[in-house]
Amino acid sequence: MRPLEVRRLGVVPYKAALEMQRALVDERRADRVPDLLLLLEHPHVITLGAKVEAARSNLLAAPELLASRNVELHESGRGGDITYHGPGQVVGYPIMDLRPDRCDVHKYVRDLEEVMIRSAADFGLSAGRIAGLSGAWVGADKLGAIGVRISRWITSHGFAYNVTTDLDFFSLIVPCGIRSGGVTSLSRATSGRVSIDEAADSLVRHFADVFGREVVEPARRSA
Amino acid sequence: MSKQVVMPQMGESVAEGTIVRWLKKVGDQVERDEPLFEISTDKVDAEIPSPSAGVLREINVQEGATVPIDTVVAVIDEAGDAAPSPAPAKKPQAAVPAPPSESTASGAAASKPTPAPSSAPASPRSAASRPDRASPRAAQGSLAKPWSAAESRQLRLSPVVRKIAREHHVDVRNIAGSGDAGRVTKSDILAYLEAGSPVTPAARESGGAQGAPLELLPRLPPSLLPSDPSTFERTPMTVMRRKIAEHMVMSKRTSPHVHSAFEIDFGRVDAIRKAKKAEYEKAGGKLTYMSFITKACAEALKAVPVVNSSVDAADVIYKKDINIGIAVALEWGLIVPVVKGADRMSLLEISQAISDLASRARDKKLKPEDVQGGTFTITNPGVFGALFGMPIISQPQVAILGVGAVEKRPVVIDDAVTVALRAYMTIGYDHRVIDGAVADQFMQHVKKKIENWTE
Repeated sequence: MRPLEVRRLGVVPYKAALEMQRALVDERRADRVPDLLLLLEHPHVITLGAKVEAARSNLLAAPELLASRNVELHESGRGGDITYHGPGQVVGYPIMDLRPDRCDVHKYVRDLEEVMIRSAADFGLSAGRIAGLSGAWVGADKLGAIGVRISRWITSHGFAYNVTTDLDFFSLIVPCGIRSGGVTSLSRATSGRVSIDEAADSLVRHFADVFGREVVEPARRSA
Repeated sequence: MSKQVVMPQMGESVAEGTIVRWLKKVGDQVERDEPLFEISTDKVDAEIPSPSAGVLREINVQEGATVPIDTVVAVIDEAGDAAPSPAPAKKPQAAVPAPPSESTASGAAASKPTPAPSSAPASPRSAASRPDRASPRAAQGSLAKPWSAAESRQLRLSPVVRKIAREHHVDVRNIAGSGDAGRVTKSDILAYLEAGSPVTPAARESGGAQGAPLELLPRLPPSLLPSDPSTFERTPMTVMRRKIAEHMVMSKRTSPHVHSAFEIDFGRVDAIRKAKKAEYEKAGGKLTYMSFITKACAEALKAVPVVNSSVDAADVIYKKDINIGIAVALEWGLIVPVVKGADRMSLLEISQAISDLASRARDKKLKPEDVQGGTFTITNPGVFGALFGMPIISQPQVAILGVGAVEKRPVVIDDAVTVALRAYMTIGYDHRVIDGAVADQFMQHVKKKIENWTE
């Protein structure tokens, strides 16, 4: 089985994560690193997808309001519309080569959804898909969002999975440009306390299953 | 020599892509595999590398435009070209983008009703590296060159594939392989030869408006199709069939449907019908049950206005006009002409309007405005013998009435079994705005009117 190196990075500012991904995509292309799954949290940030103009129209808050709530605004270069990241949300950035056997962008998105759906089940939550929309949904509420970039079949960006996210921040935007439906988090939907680490562990497990990879976690092994 | 750059197929179910950004300008030098443009499909952004080295000569698709896969988006003059005399006859415009208009797309579909099945969804992994697929003949003619033993070992071709390729002067690197790791199999190469002219999945698939229809009518995963293509026939939908298909999926996705059924006695209406039939016919109206039902609905819609509404985000749009669509089955599909202002019409006027619309529908003489502006729909599965139907709402309406067969039934009246002329009528309604009690109230109006008809 192909190895998957999981790197848990803690809280990383959005801009730093962008640069890191850019560098790692090159490293991955040159085969200097194996397939990677970066897991991290971002400080409050609103990010715009590649169709920037469309995404901007789904930003509801004025710049002053964003500043007053300490929320950054970034263009991201990923697919998708607009989204929010912040504390309590597990962000996963797989840096993977989809060649030779996974070269299908829709399948890739469905696979990322599958990872979140299976993880939700670990916490007793029945999440699913909504035809025509991407992401993992609990009823009409979005639990996990997806926005992906693929450069010559090397992936970057990925998914954002709400664990204990303060959902109020989503009111600053129309998430992913979809006006129907709200957002939810593992904690809200289970009315329980799920820790970020538990959620991340479950994501790693299912990610390895869905993508058929063997997890290598250097940091953890030495710990 | 020039090289066409096509919109790559980034996955089985991907039929089109939007060009987000060109990373090179016309006249720029590009290297093979250097990022050339960025596309966006669904939630994914992808950077597409140049298929060859040279000078970017043409950009045919501008930023922001969405085109079907295999559309030629740019042309590169390949490095090492004898620049001065690019034979204009070889200009690659022959395999030109099908503009994503419905007529073109369906025209293309109609002209090739049974495409070679093996030219169907190309293996995505090789999509980016087979830019010549859009014009296989050209590829055979100009690009085929012998490859070395080492190369063919690298391509891992079986001897039979190698032989066929040699005989037909095919460069297998232009073929989407379905074998392990994109390996070209015998059936791949035979399909490639058979395909002759390009029939792209996009041409068959992108029957019209961008985006949505493809989602509404998703492509089957290959595993769900019979593996032997000789056991089925693939036929493109007509434009009408396709529109119905898309609308039904969209409606079910939009409105949470609930249905209630009522039994309604037609004894009184039947008596009136028999008595007045001749008189109406003289005036050009056909006094059918449908005329009575339409009139009853018009009155009920007035009494319960939410049934005559639409939902716009979190607003309810109450419509002042009452325009009742009546579904007419045709040999070639289904059409719903609309009786406009039904609440202001007499029974005679309604009967005249219905017979006029129905006959024009069958003669294909309806005008566009005859089928637009409906605020409520009646459908009549009873004419085909159904006891009742569970109809799907015609968007953006919020309710639809299904009329079952009107027939004599044994019923109990005053503790005695007797014979009555009855039908089941069902209302399908959008539970976002209509609750069960309200739907039932509407149906009570219809029932009361029909059972106690007074003119």
